Amino acid sequence: MNRSKFFVPLGVFGLVMILGALGLGLQDRGTLPSALIDEPFPEFAAPELAHPDRIVQSRDIVGKPALVNVWATWCPTCKAEHDQLMKIAEQSDVVLIGLNYKDERDKALRWLADFGDPYDLVLMDLDGAIGVDLGVYGAPETFLLDAQGRIVYKRVGNINEAVWRDDIAPQLRALGVRIQAVET
Amino acid sequence: MRLMIFTTLMLAIASVLADGPVDIYQFDNDEQQRRYKSLIEEFRCPKCLNTNIAGSDAPIAQDLRRTVHRLVVEEDFADDEVKSYLQARYGDFVLYKPPFNERTWLIWVAPFAILFIGLFVLYRLQRGARMAADAATDTALNEEDRERLQTLLERD
Repeated sequence: MNRSKFFVPLGVFGLVMILGALGLGLQDRGTLPSALIDEPFPEFAAPELAHPDRIVQSRDIVGKPALVNVWATWCPTCKAEHDQLMKIAEQSDVVLIGLNYKDERDKALRWLADFGDPYDLVLMDLDGAIGVDLGVYGAPETFLLDAQGRIVYKRVGNINEAVWRDDIAPQLRALGVRIQAVET
Repeated sequence: MRLMIFTTLMLAIASVLADGPVDIYQFDNDEQQRRYKSLIEEFRCPKCLNTNIAGSDAPIAQDLRRTVHRLVVEEDFADDEVKSYLQARYGDFVLYKPPFNERTWLIWVAPFAILFIGLFVLYRLQRGARMAADAATDTALNEEDRERLQTLLERD
C-alpha cells in the first residue's frame, strides 16, 4: 500500500478550505464594480429640481471636483445617509450634486425642506434614463468626479462616517478640495 | 361547471404569472420583437443577481428592458451594439456569457482543468486495476501448488 495515498483526503480538504477562504474573501458580493471608473461622466440633459424649466447639461457640472449623489425619497438608505451628506456639505468645499432618481418632484422638495438640503444643485432623472447611463442599479449611489468631469470613484450604498473619512475625503483632498479637520 | 370556469381562470392567470412581468411595447415588425425577446433573456439583472432582466420585476430590470426596446426599435442597434451598450454601463456582470479576460479566465479554464484532472485520475485508477489483475494472474497456482492443494483436500 502506497503511504502517500493517506494524504489525498488531507489535500482535498486543504483545497476546499482554500477555495472557501477565497469565496468568503469576496466581500460585498452584491456590490458590482463600476464599468465607468476613469470614464468621463456621461452626457446628459436634466431639469433642475427647484426650477424644472432650467435644463442642466453635463458640461455645466465640469470644472470642479464634485460628488454626484443618486437619491430618492422612496429609498430608506438615502435617509440613513442624509445626515452624513449634511455634514459633508458643512465641512467641505466639494460641489455636491443630487440626482433625484425616479422620484416625484413634490416629495423630493418636501424631503429637502424637512431634512435639510445639502446639495449645491439637484437634478431630476424622472424615468431613470440617466441612471442607466451611469450604471445605477439601486439608490443610493455616489460618484466622485474630478475637475475634468471624470468618474474616479463610485460608492454603492450609503455614505457613512467611515466611508467619508477613509474613502471619499482623502480622494477629495488629493484633488485639492478643502476639508475641515474632522473631529473624532 | 363553476369549478371548470374557476380552474380555467386560475390557469389563465397562472400562465400569465409564469411568463414573468409583462410590458406593453410596440414593435415595427416581428423580427424586432424576436430580437428584443432574445436580448432581454441574455442580460442579467444587476440588482437581483440571479435573474435575467426578462424575468425580474425589479425597477432596474424594467428600465433595462425599456432601454433594450428603445435601442432595438428606435435606434436600430444590432444585437452586438446593444450588448456593448449595456456592458459599457453595467460592466461584464450584465452579460450571462462573460468575455474571456484577465478577471474571468479562471471560470472559463476551470471546467476543462477539472475534466483533465478527472480523466487523469480515471486513467490512474484503470491502470491500477489492470496492474492488480496482472498481479493476480502471476499468483495463479502452478503445477506444484495444485498438487499440494489436492493432497490437502484429499487428507480427510
